[in-house]
Amino acid sequence: MRKVAVVGVGETKFSGPQERTSVELFAEAAAEALTESNLKPKDIQALYLGNVLGDFSEGQGSMQAFAAENIGCFNVPANRYEGACASASMAVRDAWMWVASGFYDVVLAGGVERAATMGTPLATRTFAMFSDSRYEFPSGITFPAVFAMLAHLYAAKYGVPLPKLKEQLAAVSVQSYKYGMFNPQAHLRKEVTMEAVLSSFMVSTPLQLHDCCPFSDGAAALVLASEETAKKLTSKPVFVVGAGQASNGPLANQQEYLPRLRARELSAKQAYEMAGLKPEDIDICELHDCFSIASLIAAESLGFFDYGTSGEAWAKGEADIGGKVAINTSGGLKAKGHPIGATGAGQVYEIAKQLREEVEPERQVEGGRIGMTDTLGGDGCTLVNLILQRGW
Amino acid sequence: MEYKLTYKEYREALKQNKLLGLKCQNCGSVTVPPKLVCRSCASTDLEVLELKGAGKIQTFTTCNVASEGRESEVPYTILLVELDEGPWLMGNLTGVDPEKATMETLIGKRVKMTETRIFPGDKYSAGEGASPTFVLEA
Repeated sequence: MRKVAVVGVGETKFSGPQERTSVELFAEAAAEALTESNLKPKDIQALYLGNVLGDFSEGQGSMQAFAAENIGCFNVPANRYEGACASASMAVRDAWMWVASGFYDVVLAGGVERAATMGTPLATRTFAMFSDSRYEFPSGITFPAVFAMLAHLYAAKYGVPLPKLKEQLAAVSVQSYKYGMFNPQAHLRKEVTMEAVLSSFMVSTPLQLHDCCPFSDGAAALVLASEETAKKLTSKPVFVVGAGQASNGPLANQQEYLPRLRARELSAKQAYEMAGLKPEDIDICELHDCFSIASLIAAESLGFFDYGTSGEAWAKGEADIGGKVAINTSGGLKAKGHPIGATGAGQVYEIAKQLREEVEPERQVEGGRIGMTDTLGGDGCTLVNLILQRGW
Repeated sequence: MEYKLTYKEYREALKQNKLLGLKCQNCGSVTVPPKLVCRSCASTDLEVLELKGAGKIQTFTTCNVASEGRESEVPYTILLVELDEGPWLMGNLTGVDPEKATMETLIGKRVKMTETRIFPGDKYSAGEGASPTFVLEA
């Protein structure tokens, strides 16, 4: 397998409801990624696109083909990926694999979503489609409800009193909002205090509004190239040195493994082994904080903190810049936003910008060499992890 | 290959307040809801089994925001129950005010199945569904 690099990235601002079409959003991100890569659309050999709910948000299926033509990648093979909130990371992983294999030299990967445009009732309904529709949706399961149940289970299993856990979760949200304020791409750019988190609307006990990420519109894109091609295109290639992906069935079937998600642990292990790296080698991580509790669960399964202790780690600044690992310096899904089909590519965008030291000074990790992404689809049904390393 | 217990058969039984699963003749594990294979060892040597429909609450949430078309159901409490036969199952809780559902009053408590709650279906659901519904054991 050949070494593969991210040679250019692009991203729209993530936002609430807006009037640009999905194809237009993706075109903005793709054009930026192509310009950064010093490439023209004709140089792209294939497009791998994450898009989950275009059918529902715009009545548009087969988004990948319309997107490819729209940006001038005429007649290239174009694939659409649907792995709920991990869709774009699946697209990036497959793009990496096809370039690594030698089949392609230059592939465009990314994703787009208009989750905010759908409005909360339809978005809640369609997001619930990522739970088991036959055996679990009849109970009224929603996405917040999945993670709310994991929060109660986390408190019970690790013996963290719920009021203490609630404060730890609020601290996670406060940190994400802090970085979102300095990220011009972020959907929610406001200071939110612990008190505001803890007094916000109760969505699904024990998770309140500020424990939950927003529904967002947005797109992200990146160009992957073989090492040989990358050398000609950029002086700052970001190499994909590890990749992992795993799947799992309905939430209840994960039973005693919960609140840990087995697919994440299998996926992360693949990525670490491929990279020959350990959790302590990771400088920066964009992890899947769709809910505050999801951050704690992810950070533990990625090996950054012991099970049941990551709430304390956040409180002590160990998940912040200057701590053990800088987590979600983009503001994460919580503040940067969560346009689900684009989210994973947005995470890669942030890691690439961080490693190139091109983000705002208030959230720049100095001298970072290795970054990681963690993207979760559904209630653990799809997990993708990528490890990226600066190549200069 | 014969699919031993279909969704339709499982749902129709649940509507009669009966919980069906699959007992593996190879490793002894119980699989519920049904699949082609045993959830533990992937054997297809399975026999249909009626479960007791009793167990203990592992976790719960009271949901205040529902999906489109189901807004009138809130607030409602969802459970993950560890059944006496081993599997965990998602269902609803009845007989407890959802607003008063707490970790102290629910987690670890024994429950048993009662009258199944029916989801009549919406335009996406390919028909109706049934949710295992539990009450606290006296």
